[in-house]
Order: sequence, then C-alpha cells, then structure tokens
Amino acid sequence: MKAFLMHADRDFDLAADLPAQEQALTQDLELDSLLGAMAAGDKLIYDVATRALLLSLRDPDAIAYRQRLLAECLDQPAVVRDLYGLAGEALKAEKSVWGSPLRDSPRSILGSSVQKMELFVEFLRRLRQMADEHSDKFHSEGFVRFFAMLREELDEPYFALIENHLKALRFKGGMLMSARLTTGNKGTGYTLRQQREQGLLERMFDRSGYSFTIPDRDENGFRALSALEERGVNLVANAAAQAVEHVHGFFTMLRVEIGFYLGCVNLAERLAELGEPTAFPVPVAPGALALTGYGLYDVCLRLTTSEPVVGNDVEADQKSLVMITGANQGGKSTFLRSVGLAQLMTQAGMFVGAQSLRVNVCDGVFTHYKREEDESLESGKLDEELARMSEIADRITPNCLLLCNESFAATNEREGSEIARQVLAALLEAGVKVLFVTHMFDLANGFHRRDPDNALFLRAQRGSDGARPFKISEGEPLPTSYGEDSYRKVFGDRLAS
Amino acid sequence: MTTFHSILFDRDPGGVDKHPGEPDFFADLRLDQVVAALTAGREEYDLAGLYYIPLHDVEAVHYRHHVLGDLEQEAVLSAVRDFAGAMQQMRKHLALMAKLHYAHQKERWFLHAASIYGNAVRALHEKLGALELRSRGFLGLREYIDGYVESDEFTTLADDTRRVADDLGAVRYAIHLRGNRVRVTRYEDEPDMSEQIERTFAKFQQGEVTDHRARFREHADMNHVEAQILDLVAKLHPETFAGLEHFCARHQQYLDETIGRFDREIQFYLAYLEYIDPLRKKGLAFALPRTSARSKEVGATATFDLALAAKLTSDRASVVSNDFHLSDDERILVVSGPNNGGKTTFARTFGQLHFLASLGLPVPGAEVRLFLPDRIFTHFEREEEIETLRGKFEDELYRIHEILEQATGASVLIMNESFGSTTLRDAVLVGSEVVRQIIDLDALCVFVTFVDELSTLGSSTVSMMSTVVPNDPAVRTYKVVRKPADGLAYAAAIAEKYGLTYGALRKRVAR
Repeated sequence: MKAFLMHADRDFDLAADLPAQEQALTQDLELDSLLGAMAAGDKLIYDVATRALLLSLRDPDAIAYRQRLLAECLDQPAVVRDLYGLAGEALKAEKSVWGSPLRDSPRSILGSSVQKMELFVEFLRRLRQMADEHSDKFHSEGFVRFFAMLREELDEPYFALIENHLKALRFKGGMLMSARLTTGNKGTGYTLRQQREQGLLERMFDRSGYSFTIPDRDENGFRALSALEERGVNLVANAAAQAVEHVHGFFTMLRVEIGFYLGCVNLAERLAELGEPTAFPVPVAPGALALTGYGLYDVCLRLTTSEPVVGNDVEADQKSLVMITGANQGGKSTFLRSVGLAQLMTQAGMFVGAQSLRVNVCDGVFTHYKREEDESLESGKLDEELARMSEIADRITPNCLLLCNESFAATNEREGSEIARQVLAALLEAGVKVLFVTHMFDLANGFHRRDPDNALFLRAQRGSDGARPFKISEGEPLPTSYGEDSYRKVFGDRLAS
Repeated sequence: MTTFHSILFDRDPGGVDKHPGEPDFFADLRLDQVVAALTAGREEYDLAGLYYIPLHDVEAVHYRHHVLGDLEQEAVLSAVRDFAGAMQQMRKHLALMAKLHYAHQKERWFLHAASIYGNAVRALHEKLGALELRSRGFLGLREYIDGYVESDEFTTLADDTRRVADDLGAVRYAIHLRGNRVRVTRYEDEPDMSEQIERTFAKFQQGEVTDHRARFREHADMNHVEAQILDLVAKLHPETFAGLEHFCARHQQYLDETIGRFDREIQFYLAYLEYIDPLRKKGLAFALPRTSARSKEVGATATFDLALAAKLTSDRASVVSNDFHLSDDERILVVSGPNNGGKTTFARTFGQLHFLASLGLPVPGAEVRLFLPDRIFTHFEREEEIETLRGKFEDELYRIHEILEQATGASVLIMNESFGSTTLRDAVLVGSEVVRQIIDLDALCVFVTFVDELSTLGSSTVSMMSTVVPNDPAVRTYKVVRKPADGLAYAAAIAEKYGLTYGALRKRVAR
C-alpha cells in the first residue's frame, strides 16, 4: 500500500541527499521565509517542503502529475487537512503506548505491539471511511488511485483477519512452541505455533507426550519457565512489532506526502490574503531554453514585507545569458531571486509567484552571491569567492542554472571583470544558463558590444519620478557615473580628467 | 605405516625438543620480544620452547625451508589454517564439556567435538590430496593421513559420529506451556504464528523495518527445567539417545597422537609467517638464507632488526635497512660513528639473523648467506648500577673473559659498546686485545665501539659506520655503511652547517 502522491510510481524519498549547494541556495534565495509560510508552524511540513524544493523534478510529466494533485488540493483544502490530521493522530496514539521496544523483553514488545495495533485498526477504519466519503470529489489520477487502493485493501474481511490475530496473541489457551536441539542438546529455534482447537475431553485423554509441573515454591523453576516463554515469543513479538512498524510507516508516508500539499495550500492561502497572483507554470523539457514570465515577483520578499511588490516581465527564451545591470536599490537582487524561486517551485510541482511563467526544466540551480556587503578589497575575500566558484565548477553540469549576484566584486573592476569574463565564457560554452547581476560596466559592456544572440541585457530603473517602485526592463549597460557624482558632491569640484 | 612423525624435525630429535628454557642472549637481541609476539594468542600450543632450539646442521634447516616452501602456496597455507581453526574449536568444546553437569548434554558436546575432529582430518586429507607438495615434511604428513583416514579406527569414528549426529539433528519436539504445567510432545507441523502475522501486514510495508528479535545470552549449561524437558525429549526419542550414550563409551580416546603433534608444531611456522606478514606487505624483504655450517662468508642486503621493524610498522613509522658482507677471511664488523645512529640496532640484526637462520625460518633481508653457529654470545652494557667505574670495567672484563673461554671458531659474538665507560687509552688497549683474541678464534663478530683503531687490527676486521644526513648532521639516517672509521666526519659536517669549517671561516673572517 503506497500513497504515491508525490510521484506516480514511487515514494517520496525522505532520505535522499540534498544537493551540495543546499546551504547556498537556502541562504541566497531566502528559502526560510517561503518554507515558513508553507509550514505554518508544522515542523514536518517544513522538512518535506524543504526536500521537495531542493530535490527538483526534472521530468515535465512528473511536474504535471503534482500540479494536477495540487490543483485539486487547492479546491478541497478541508479534505487535505483531515487526511493530514488523521495520519498525525494515528501516530500520536501509537506513541501514547508506553514502553521502549528497544530494551524490552519479547513479551513486553509483544504486549505493546498488540496495544498499538489495536489503536491503529481504529484509524485504518476511519481512513477507509474518508475514502468512501470523498473519493468522488477527486479526479486526478493520483487521488483516484489512492482512494481506490484504500477501499480495496481495507475491506471487512481484512479487518476480521487482523482481529483474529490480535485474539490469538492473547494466549488464552497457553503457548505452543516447536523446538529442535543444538549441538549442545539445548533447545533452540523456538517457534510459536498455532494450536489446534481441542475439546476438554480430547485434552484430558491426549497421551501423545509427557508432562511435569513446576512446584509452587520453586522460584528458579518459574524463572526458567518465564525465560523459555521469552524465547518462544521472540519471533512472534518481532513479527508483531514489525507489523506495527509497517502500519506506522504507512501513516508516516501518508502524512509526509499529504503534508507537502498542505504546505502548498497554506502558502496559496497566504498569498491570496496578500492579494498576490499565483499561477501554475508551464515546464518546458530540458534542452530548449525558455524563460518567459509576466508579473514575476519575489515570493519571499512579499511574505516578509507589508507592502505589495512589483512584478517584472521577462522574455528570455533562447537566451543562455541574462545580464542585469543598473541602479543600486533598483530591484536587481529581487528580480534574480524571483527567477531562482520560480525555477525551484516549478520543479517541485508548485505554483509560482507570477501571472504566468513558461520555463525550461534544468538539472540544477546554483547561486554565487557576493557574501558580505562591505566593500573592502581584501585578498581573502576574493579567495573565498573563487573557492566557492571552484566548488560550483566541481558540480555544475550543462543545462544547469547559475544565478550570480555581484560575483567577483571583491577585487578591483579590471581583475573582477577579467575573471568573470573567463568564467562566464566557459560556462556558457558548456551549456549552463546564467543570470548575472553586476555593476561592473566593463564586464557587461564587453558582452553587450559583441551583441550575441544568446544574451539578454536587462537594466534596473527607477520609476520616472525617481522613487519606487523599481522595474527591470530590457536595456543596455550604462557606464556608472556616481563615482564622479559623489566626488563632485563631496569636493564640490570636477575631477581633473 | 610411514615414518612421518614431525613437521619440524627431519628425524626424531630424541628429546631435544623438551622444554629447554630461554637462551641467555634473547633479551640482548630482543628476541624475547619476537617470541612473545609469536606466542601471543597461541598459548594453548605452548610454542615458546620450539623457538629456543637452534638447528646445527644444514639438512635439518632445509627440512624446514622446504616445508615453508609448500606453505608459500596459498592453498596449502589455508588448508593448514582451516585445520588448526577446527582443532581449536574442538578443544574449546571439550573444555566446555568438562564444566557441564547433565549427562545428555555432556555426551552431545563430546559427540560434537569428535565430529569437528573427524571433519577437520577429512578436510585436510582432501585438500592435501589435491595439492602439489614438494617438501618431505608435507609429503610425509600426506602419506600418514592417507593411511590414517583408511584405518578402521578412523572410519568407525566417522561413521558413528555421522549417524548419531544425524539422528539428533532430526529431533523435533513441541512444548506446551500453560500456567505451571509443561508438556513435551512430538511436533506435528502446526502453522507458524509469526509467518501468518508477517503475511497479514506485509501490504503496509514502506521500507526497511527494525529487527526486534531479542538476542539471548546463550549459556552452555542448562537449568533444571531445561534438563527436565531434555529428559522428556529423550523419552520421546529413546533410540536416538541410547545411540549417543554408546558413542561416548566407544570413542573416549579418539585423538591420534601424530595428528595432535602436527597441529601443535605447524603453529611454529604459522605464527612466524603471520608475524612477518605485515612487514612483507610494507615492502620489507624476507628470504630463506643460504646456510652453511662451514663457510663464514656471510652477508645480507636490505636487512633490519626484526623486533624494531615490527614495532615501527605497528606505529606506522618507516624502517631503515642495511647491508653487510664478509668475504674471504673477513670475520669481524667493527661498527663506529655518531651515537643513536643505528649501531646497536645493526649489531642486534646480525645476531638475530644468525639465530633465526638456525631455526630454519625466513630472515629479514635479501640475498642472505649465513653461518650456522654452535652458539651465540652477546655482551651488552648491563642495566644495573655498579658503584665505581673500575667496578664496572672489571665486571665487563669478567663477562668478556667468560665469553672468550666458551666461544669457539664456530660461535657468533655480538659485542656492543664494550668499554664505553672507560678511558680512551684503556679502551684502546683492552679493546685491541679482545679483538685480537677474537681474530685468533676465527669467530664471526660484530664489535660496536667508539675506538677507530679496532677496525684496522688485521685483514679480518671490516669497518662500518653509522651515518648522518650530509646537509643536516643533526639528522640520523640509521644507515650503517661499510667505510673507514673516521671519528672526525661528524664534527666536520656539523661545522659546515654552521659555517665554521676552515674554508668557510677563512672567508667569513676576512682580512
């Protein structure tokens, strides 16, 4: 019995390694605010959402599978919450049974396993009921399969079978175990056996064996007997405890997978409250270069400010380099982040913060951001930047997306430009898509002058009145002149040229 | 029957292998450490004595070399190891058996020990039969075992063991526990409850599950309830248990004496091969030396102190090896040079090599030629405090005198820093005299000394020196090389490092 709500044909992998650039992505794209809004205080949802975002899907069909389930969840938020809640309650009830199976004796493992299973059975019955009530409201292949499976597997004969087992495990008629002898003539291989139903008379006249009785005062004898029982019960206790684990695993997986959709529901509700649009993106199979979005905004920024944010339009199909220049405080970083977030959300099967988006699926998202704001030109900083770029180079492959924010600004512009030029040229040739935010005119202009078909140049501009909001629009790099301006402002004089 | 009796001695040593006690020179040569390591974990074989008996004739040495040659084949080695492992198991079972109380149990342990023995012998027999053996030792063993496994004694043992063990192995029974009543019955294929539970819940399985089975501490003995149950099981299977009792009475003395002896003696080789294995893996050379009871032209390349190398290797430090060669009438290696430069280690190496060669074992080094000495003597500085210098000098002289009294031309002498605490004049005088006597004896000798003159006393003395790194004289190479003694070499090197040689000082103190 598999939930298969995250993938059509396999479990969601909670143990898969996150990509090595996980920390950089989380930090640079400020994923915490996105995940926080999805989790709404629930740690499990936070973890599941983290993994779903960072372990990107690469197949447009797999993305569409989740999109269809998510669309139904957005329509039926109450059912999603009930399913998540039921799985949570079942697991909580299991936990309420006292006793740590780790150090316990087989008999106490068996006792607590039977108790847990009795509790689980109630929740399985409720789950079955939910399937009966709601299955007709869902039409996506994922949910149809899921509900059909519950109704088929959890039928009355099955519940009766479980009850029978639970009854047998109370040992009203004593315990029957088989055994053989070790090479030291000790009993071994104790295996609990199902007893034949025997009438009283049959039992009285059964002469097939020999028996003895432990005298009442023989304490050692009773200890020995109890030790024998422990051995006898060992395998059955193991089977029962594993059965509990199976059912536990089932509820856990259900909670995990439905938890992702609940997280998406939470996020959609928040954004709707804030009056922001969301849209299911169109994923384009890897190979083609697609990036066309309208009203694309930075979801994380929106979640942390009280004011509306400006969405940008971008038309960068067929472009492998998008270079963004322009005024400070002009929204360059915000734009870069909105693209990165949209890419990750798309490949998690989520909606994105935009009116619409069409984007190609990539093999991995990488970020290379200037780490600190201060401008001092120490060599250690450049070392650090180069080291990070070198780590990226170790892992990045063609058809990945690299977001650079003021990379190589830790040294002077000439050096920084030269390094960036070489890095960029190499990555672009390798087939990596790069969005590069920079204030290095020398660098941006160099690329612009060559006027390559595969590059798009965007510029951040202040609104016409010089105030917010800022917009990003197509525009060639401009030489910055604020240095001279500043000089003049401070010295009240022109620079001698 | 054949004449095979020992894998260590080509002919009956006639009581020579009775426990002889540790030779006097063992501690000086650090052979005590080697033997301690060889015997560690093999206490049950009481091996140490086997390493105290040097061989004096080349044929006896060759007998062992050839056995070692066969053991070089991985298949031979593993056959022997498997056999030894099984015999250990067998002894463990017999030892435990002695501690048990209930008859049915003791008998079963005995049966199992006998079964292990039988299997071990058969396995060894089969494996040896398929191997290409060359040594007289192993060929003799094989012939012996061929005869033994065909003997009535062995075949009866094997048949009886198998029959009784099979019967017991087939015993199945059921226990029904209810309150304080225990009933033992035949087992009638009732369904397994754990399998049924597993089947019912398998559909929920999501991934790996924990193993919740308790691990019970298994005691060899049993409590009285288990014993009562066992008695009833015996009552349910009377013929099987009568068979067991009969087996024990009939095969009380099943172990063959020659097989038992082989099991112990083969450990002499196995322990040593195991001991040198990590050293070989590190690239250190070992070789079976060409030995002679006549020629004193000895030599080795890339040789080293075995005890030190074992320690360095376990500490992951590297081992320095040395060469030496004596030809024609050369007999005495006079070793001088900077202290802590490996002189003592070199001297020990020379002594160890000769003793190990007398044991018929591979020795450290390549292209090794060695002499089989009648005895080995060592003179190392004593640890104990002796009040006066004179007392110490005299004590040394007494000991050296004693050695020279007993030593013959066929002896090997290791003299380490003799007269190190006396005046140069005395050391020259007395040292020269002692060396001359050794020259006259025509014995092989390593003489470690700070007295250069001792190296040029005649054509039979050869000078060797410990050395330092030329640019950094504070660093020892631990290489001891054949070159004329030059007590000034070290001083010159260190002077150069500080720019205080004649030439350097001339330029620095310019006019």
